[in-house]
Amino acid sequence: MFVSEKSTGLFASYDRGGFFCEMFGGDPGAARHTDAIRERMRQLKVSTLKRRSRQSDRELYNLGITFTVYSDRDAIDRVLPFDVIPRVLSRDDWQHIESGCIQRVAALNRFLYDVYHEQHILRDGVVPAELVLENANFRPEMKGLDLPHDTYVSICGIDLVRDGQGVFRVLEDNARTPSGVSYVVENRHLMMRAFPDLTNNVGLRPVSDYGMHLQAALAEIAPRDVLDPNIVLMSPGVFNSAYFEHVFLAREMGVPLVEGRDLIVEDDVVYMKTTGGLRRVDVIYRRVDDAFLDPEQFNPKSMLGVPGLFRAYRAGRVNLANAVGTGVADDKAVYAYMPRIVRYYLDEDPILQNVETHLCREPEGLAYTLAHLDELVVKPVGESGGYGVVVGPKASRAELEECRKCVEKDPDNYISQPMVELSVCPTLIDDAIEPRHVDLRPYIVTGKESWVLPGGLTRVALRRGSLVVNSSQGGGTKDTWVLE
Amino acid sequence: MERAENLARILEVNETFARDERGANDWLPILKLHRDEERFFESYKKATSEDVIRFYIIDADNPNSISYSVRAARENARSIRHLISLETWVQLNVFYNWIASLTGRNLRLSELSRLCGRIKEGVQLHSGIVTSTLYRDQVWSFYRLGVFTELADQVTRLIDIKYHALLPSWKDIGSPVDIAQWNALLRSASAYHGYRRVYPAGMSPTTVAGFILLSPRFPRSLTHCVSNIEATLDGLLSNEDLADVSFPRDSLETLKSLTERSSEDVITSGLHEYLDAVQIALLDFGSDVASTFFHAAPSS
Repeated sequence: MFVSEKSTGLFASYDRGGFFCEMFGGDPGAARHTDAIRERMRQLKVSTLKRRSRQSDRELYNLGITFTVYSDRDAIDRVLPFDVIPRVLSRDDWQHIESGCIQRVAALNRFLYDVYHEQHILRDGVVPAELVLENANFRPEMKGLDLPHDTYVSICGIDLVRDGQGVFRVLEDNARTPSGVSYVVENRHLMMRAFPDLTNNVGLRPVSDYGMHLQAALAEIAPRDVLDPNIVLMSPGVFNSAYFEHVFLAREMGVPLVEGRDLIVEDDVVYMKTTGGLRRVDVIYRRVDDAFLDPEQFNPKSMLGVPGLFRAYRAGRVNLANAVGTGVADDKAVYAYMPRIVRYYLDEDPILQNVETHLCREPEGLAYTLAHLDELVVKPVGESGGYGVVVGPKASRAELEECRKCVEKDPDNYISQPMVELSVCPTLIDDAIEPRHVDLRPYIVTGKESWVLPGGLTRVALRRGSLVVNSSQGGGTKDTWVLE
Repeated sequence: MERAENLARILEVNETFARDERGANDWLPILKLHRDEERFFESYKKATSEDVIRFYIIDADNPNSISYSVRAARENARSIRHLISLETWVQLNVFYNWIASLTGRNLRLSELSRLCGRIKEGVQLHSGIVTSTLYRDQVWSFYRLGVFTELADQVTRLIDIKYHALLPSWKDIGSPVDIAQWNALLRSASAYHGYRRVYPAGMSPTTVAGFILLSPRFPRSLTHCVSNIEATLDGLLSNEDLADVSFPRDSLETLKSLTERSSEDVITSGLHEYLDAVQIALLDFGSDVASTFFHAAPSS
């Protein structure tokens, strides 16, 4: 009883171009879970969709859900493009993702505990010691420090892609200060307002309780002697491009939003300056990088930090989320070892697979990479935001030669991966519905235990054929629906 | 925001003054009032109505312009966005985007009254939204202190512009032109009807200035602002979180004694000097608030 997918209505001329499609699946009739949603969407005209899309853009702008680009005299507010066609995940797919993410975060936390304590995994030779100990994000200052529940990564964003067979694979772990969760919640609110006819009664798992879960997790990691912990969110300030998200999270949690200058450390206790005097702080969700946290300990030129903060942290008088030094675990080179790290600590097979990864630091990985440059995606280990990535099949001869030189000069700094055929999702482009590639970043919040926000951030590469979803490179977002 | 509203009121009242017989000089008092002559003449040749209006509404380089004030209000709101309501933020954001989109075409004299009306309405909407949505904690008290301090300062400036406009022609006092101007002033401050209820007949500088500055029932008057400042401050200080805070009341006492003067006394002893004294006391009060509540903690 397969329904023909070449039906009339909104998707009449939609062609998924041979890619795995989030709305239509890989084979005709495969994506049963979106039946009801597709049926509702077919009733809509493209012009209706365009009108509601324009209204949504206007609303994002009015709500100030923007990232701000500052020049010398102007503050330019940009809206992250929002596509109104949702990305829908079935219950089964979600259960798989959810358990895989929880497993991965558990392994990351065990790994971080180990490298900052006995370093069994290095001594057993599972992960090369120099990869960890000589990593710029390894913080020797963290050695021997015990954290509540041994939780290092309280907020984790794991970037997933879906390959041509519809299999989810991990592309990257973000264990420092992953951003974007505010868009997940705001996109949903926007969809509920703009498309009551689509969202009503389809069994959507809610996302608006993220703030409560985050607050509860942060309370759990407070230093042990505190019953009613005082949590604050520490932002680099109003000029940070993610400032909107910092405000959003502080509001959703109901906690004060502070900057470094609002905090002070006395006798290894952190206080917040208030109109009524000093108030003790127990947990800091910091959206400030390690290097800028404390000018006494790290970058002495930091104006964003709080002198003495690290001493208070080491003394166990305050906790930070995420912990200092988590960057050593989400490094692209360490990533390649994640399947082995999962097996080593948990004695389980990884639920979510990595994308096959060649380490240029290893001779065979380097040889393979250089021999197949035009087929591979080459990434610098220490960069984020999609910078420095060379997509072999799409690169020019000159770009490939440039890339070859960089890799040969500093092989340790590069990994390569086969080009994953990212899944697509129907997307409103001008006057038509076209396939565009998407990824998915679920958010895992961990205090004593882990909780995964149902859904996560779906980023979409709005340029035709592009595989780069980063907002700095022409990416937008979609609402992500997890069905009950 | 209060500054933006008052500028809109001043521009509107001046536009009314400029309609009278006196000539091209008429926009100069506004520049003098804000001590902006130097800055203005750096960018413009003559104080024409067109240029002064542009300077005060859309000139983003002029820190006294409406555009600049609203932008500053929005940037402040952005930095305390976790404390204010969503509605407050959205309205301010939309309002700012509208102001930022204004061009010379929107500033024509024929449009000015409507434009100033919309600006006032935007600020009043802001104040209404804040009043009906802001959580009543210390943030609310500080918001009120700020609003009433600014309103008190602005009302002195509104009276001052009339004083400046009058300077060249004391002999005209009581003439039809003079009466028309006081009348316009009352209307621009939304004080006309209140004034009429208290003084059903006639109109004199003493009663008009006295009413706008000193009537305890007129919501923009100095007296009304100062009594609200005192009540808000007392409410704030009774908060147990602030039990250890002691506030120096000298500047507030000065303000109170200024509002207890009679209008005859104020006019005869010099209106301009009186307004100056009020402005100085307000500045002192503002810095007392800042040093008491916002530098209380030892700073590193």
